[in-house]
Amino acid sequence: MISLFKFFSKDENKSKDIAKERLKLVLTHDRANVSPKYLDMMKDDIIKVMSSYMEIEEEGIDINLTRVANDDDTYTSTLVANIPIKKMKNIGKNNG
Amino acid sequence: MGEVIVITSGKGGVGKTTTTANIGTALALEGKSVVMVDADIGLRNLDVVLGLENRIVYDLVDVVEGTCRLKQALVRDKRFDKMYLMPAAQTRDKNAVSPEQMQKLCNDLKEQFDFVLIDSPAGIEHGFKNAVAGADRAIVVTVPEVSAVRDADRIIGMLATNDLSNPLLIINRLRVDLVKRGDMMNIDDTNEILGIDLLGVVPDDENIVISTNRGEPVVIDEDTMAGRAFRNIAKRLLGEDIPIMDLDEEDTFLDKIKRLLGMDKNKKH
Ligand SMILES: Nc1ncnc2c1ncn2[C@@H]1O[C@H](COP(=O)(O)OP(=O)(O)OP(=O)(O)O)[C@@H](O)[C@H]1O
Ligand SMILES: [Mg+2]
Repeated sequence: MISLFKFFSKDENKSKDIAKERLKLVLTHDRANVSPKYLDMMKDDIIKVMSSYMEIEEEGIDINLTRVANDDDTYTSTLVANIPIKKMKNIGKNNG
Repeated sequence: MGEVIVITSGKGGVGKTTTTANIGTALALEGKSVVMVDADIGLRNLDVVLGLENRIVYDLVDVVEGTCRLKQALVRDKRFDKMYLMPAAQTRDKNAVSPEQMQKLCNDLKEQFDFVLIDSPAGIEHGFKNAVAGADRAIVVTVPEVSAVRDADRIIGMLATNDLSNPLLIINRLRVDLVKRGDMMNIDDTNEILGIDLLGVVPDDENIVISTNRGEPVVIDEDTMAGRAFRNIAKRLLGEDIPIMDLDEEDTFLDKIKRLLGMDKNKKH
């Protein structure tokens, strides 16, 4: 019954679904390139969050969207951030 | 006062010129006055698609340089009442015109016509900037393939920075057979990715090739699928509420039985 059900259901791995997934990934990157404002906004928010845990060197921050190759020849859009830390804040220590 | 609509795509060869010629003709068939402007300077084609290539005397560059008056460069299409072509220059390059000059040209034309349709060249460079300079609205043409949709997305971003933030989408060359078996992105897939309003869907249709051979836009022939699609698009532009043609993506029950019995001629191997 299950196999019959499967037969009548949609095929797995349709090429149009692969196309759609690839497009979604590549557009994440393209769109970020089109609008640097988007990355800047995100950068500001990341700094805000991290600043409550550590002192960071804002001038040295480098945040980028890049594509990282997977083993199976596909790519994953990846956020790569280089954030120099001046020192950790002294909170939450010895509390757990 | 008329409206200036630019037809653009980013990627080349997806059907901008075909779309411009057919929407223009369909609007003329609806009784509107229309001028189609070929902004593809150096690579003009709208003239041959419309079958008006032998009637050109002056062109767009002659107008902006003051060699002739605006009226002298307009080629009237004798088959229709109020349909005109403003041809591009063929022997000049696209730097012969500036965005400011295009803007002035569009403003002059929309005083005289209900619709001014601009056929944009491929690409995102100078020619694109000229084509969008005087536009009030934009239509983005794409085909349901990865590279074309990607370029369409890029163009949508660039249109927004040129004050054209709500472009309308035309999906061209859709193949129902491929969509049915899941080998071409369907209307919903394309819509979901690009996220702009859909103006229409045009099937891949050999009648486009035949009509282009003859220099007669396919909309003239009401019996063709593509012709009907372009008529519907023109009517939607005029505000009529016409549903997008229904393409059943799922196989029908009968298709499945046929496939089970090995009778499906489109079976994948
Ligand atoms: N719906 C369709 N069905 C079949 N063929 C089509 C369809 N639309 C366009 N074509 C064909 O595709 C080719 C390219 O079309 P067209 O010249 O309109 O594209 P374009 O976007 O203007 O190209 P360019 O970027 O070079 O200006 C032509 O040969 C045309 O006949
Ligand atoms: Mg063209």
